[in-house]
Amino acid sequence: MKVVLDHLTKIYPSRTKGGSPVRAVDNFTFEIPDGKLIGLLGPSGCGKSTTLNLISGLEAPTEGKIFFGDDEVTNLPPEKRGVGLVFQNYALYPHLTVRENIRFPLENFRGKDKLTNEEMDRRALEAAKLVQIEGLMERKPAQMSGGQQQRVAIARALVKMPRVLLLDEPLSNLDARLRLQTREELRRIQNETGITTVFVTHDQEEAMSISDMIVVMEKGVVRQIGAPQEVYDDPENLFVAKFLGTPPINVFRGSVKADKLMIGSEAVLDIKGVPDGDITIGIRPEGFVLKENGRFTCELGRVEVMGRDTSVVSTHKYMDGVSVRSIIPSEDKVKPGKAVRFDLKPSKVHLFDSKTGERVYYEVKK
Amino acid sequence: MKNNLKGWLYLLPAIVFLAVFMVYPLIDVFIYSVEEGYNSASQTYFGVGLYNFNYVLRDPYFLQAVKNTLILVVITVPLSTGLALLISLGLSSIKKLQDLFQTIYFLPYVTNTLAVGLVFMILFKPTAYSEGLVNLLINFFGGPSVDFIDGPYWAKMFVLCFYTIWIVMPFKILILTSALASVNRDYYKVAQVDATPPLRVFTKITLPMISPMIFYLVITGFIGAFKAYSDAVALFGTNLNAAGMNTIVGYVYDMLYGDSGGYPSYASAAALVLFAIVLTITTVNLLVSKKNVHY
Repeated sequence: MKVVLDHLTKIYPSRTKGGSPVRAVDNFTFEIPDGKLIGLLGPSGCGKSTTLNLISGLEAPTEGKIFFGDDEVTNLPPEKRGVGLVFQNYALYPHLTVRENIRFPLENFRGKDKLTNEEMDRRALEAAKLVQIEGLMERKPAQMSGGQQQRVAIARALVKMPRVLLLDEPLSNLDARLRLQTREELRRIQNETGITTVFVTHDQEEAMSISDMIVVMEKGVVRQIGAPQEVYDDPENLFVAKFLGTPPINVFRGSVKADKLMIGSEAVLDIKGVPDGDITIGIRPEGFVLKENGRFTCELGRVEVMGRDTSVVSTHKYMDGVSVRSIIPSEDKVKPGKAVRFDLKPSKVHLFDSKTGERVYYEVKK
Repeated sequence: MKNNLKGWLYLLPAIVFLAVFMVYPLIDVFIYSVEEGYNSASQTYFGVGLYNFNYVLRDPYFLQAVKNTLILVVITVPLSTGLALLISLGLSSIKKLQDLFQTIYFLPYVTNTLAVGLVFMILFKPTAYSEGLVNLLINFFGGPSVDFIDGPYWAKMFVLCFYTIWIVMPFKILILTSALASVNRDYYKVAQVDATPPLRVFTKITLPMISPMIFYLVITGFIGAFKAYSDAVALFGTNLNAAGMNTIVGYVYDMLYGDSGGYPSYASAAALVLFAIVLTITTVNLLVSKKNVHY
């Protein structure tokens, strides 16, 4: 089932007297393709959870429309939308066993949809098998680990065959190892069921690793939509460039002078297609190539060995932030000394307008 | 070891007070209850035995008091808890003026028992000038006047139950509204998305979630109702035996200080009977709640 968000806007009245109303979601238009896993990504307060609530119907949009397939659901109450919802804290009913928790949505069916007891047990078991907790059916939530509880919550959301599955920060309450495992699990479950899934997270790594597409939001506004690699390689603005990637992108204040990209007095790249003037330069950590007579000089801070590769921490006068972090293959050895010199990979160097933060595209001069 | 000693030292003042004012009197009650023919003036007694219990359990006044107390407990505890739950649900589902209504419902709690008794007298007691407000209402709908204070037993019991429920409700409402507010909203959101009917949300989610608080209120309600005394005095005056509205604690008090007083042994025996009843009911309550309260 594809989900269409059409100019979706949610405005909350101001909390303080005389304050301006808050635009939690601002003019969100996006067609979520059928059967895909979509990650809504952004810092806290960017409107991603509000968007999820709008899709589930727990909140009504101020403007705009929502379609599931060809049906408009904008004015449909949540109970008639057929969505499955999973919360960060799982919201499992603590007094019910796993079986009773998973059966709960099925027992709500009325009239012609009403299921027999055996049918409910069969479907509950099927959902439990999908998330691999069929051996724990008689346990209470308190007797299970966070990861297991999360699986029960997903099974409960899936058991009624929802048209759309919504997950609100599904992995945030799990420890690092479990998070890695559960997110792969999530991907597998989504692949097996083929249910269009939207999940909200503030963790870019989580979103990038399992999503078919990610939506990056900032202050209620969609900043970029695309496949994870595409968004990472080709950010449309400084916010997206900074938000994606660990370690984060290194940002410098530079300028363009006669087709040369300048940081301080050094011409680090030969480019064309950009008029002279100030410019913001973003360089991914993997965009640095260690070279003895490289064109870009930083003051060496320290070298962090990480086994597979090496992280060079240095400083630069025109840097925005504390330190420049560059990642180089572990075979390249940094010579001790005051300065470290690099050449830059043009594909990892992005230019942004110094005022608006919008991407400025350039060509590399051969 | 040294720390241990220090700990005991800190506890000492409380222990001394508890020992003098609680443990010693408790032991004393047991002793009095088996001393036959004890005279508090001369501090003498005839012998040791169970005669005091025998006397108390045959005393028609005591049996009347037990009957009154049991009726009071059986009627007021479930009714007040149920009503408080209904009001709390109402309070937590309104948005506007919620604080104001919460305050209004809590007001009886901070009002003096005797002042409330006075109000109830105006409502129910016929005087030379007026039949009482409630009787005026009954007359309006064509019924005959009823003397609620000096009249038939059921009328007096009705007033006592009404009064007790009214007095204990605010505390229960306070506890239940905060219990309702502490239920995580996410449960309701998930239930809503799963199209759960409202009644099912109440019985399957809300009730189990606040069940520990309900059991707490039922247990303290039972104990409180068994200890009822001042409410009856506020309504019917100090001579409760004459009014036929005595309670067990009232009987104990009368045996100690009332017109027929000066019998600490009988009073102790009656108090121990009350203790046995409360202990049994609380134990049963706890056993039931262990089975039904889930976490």
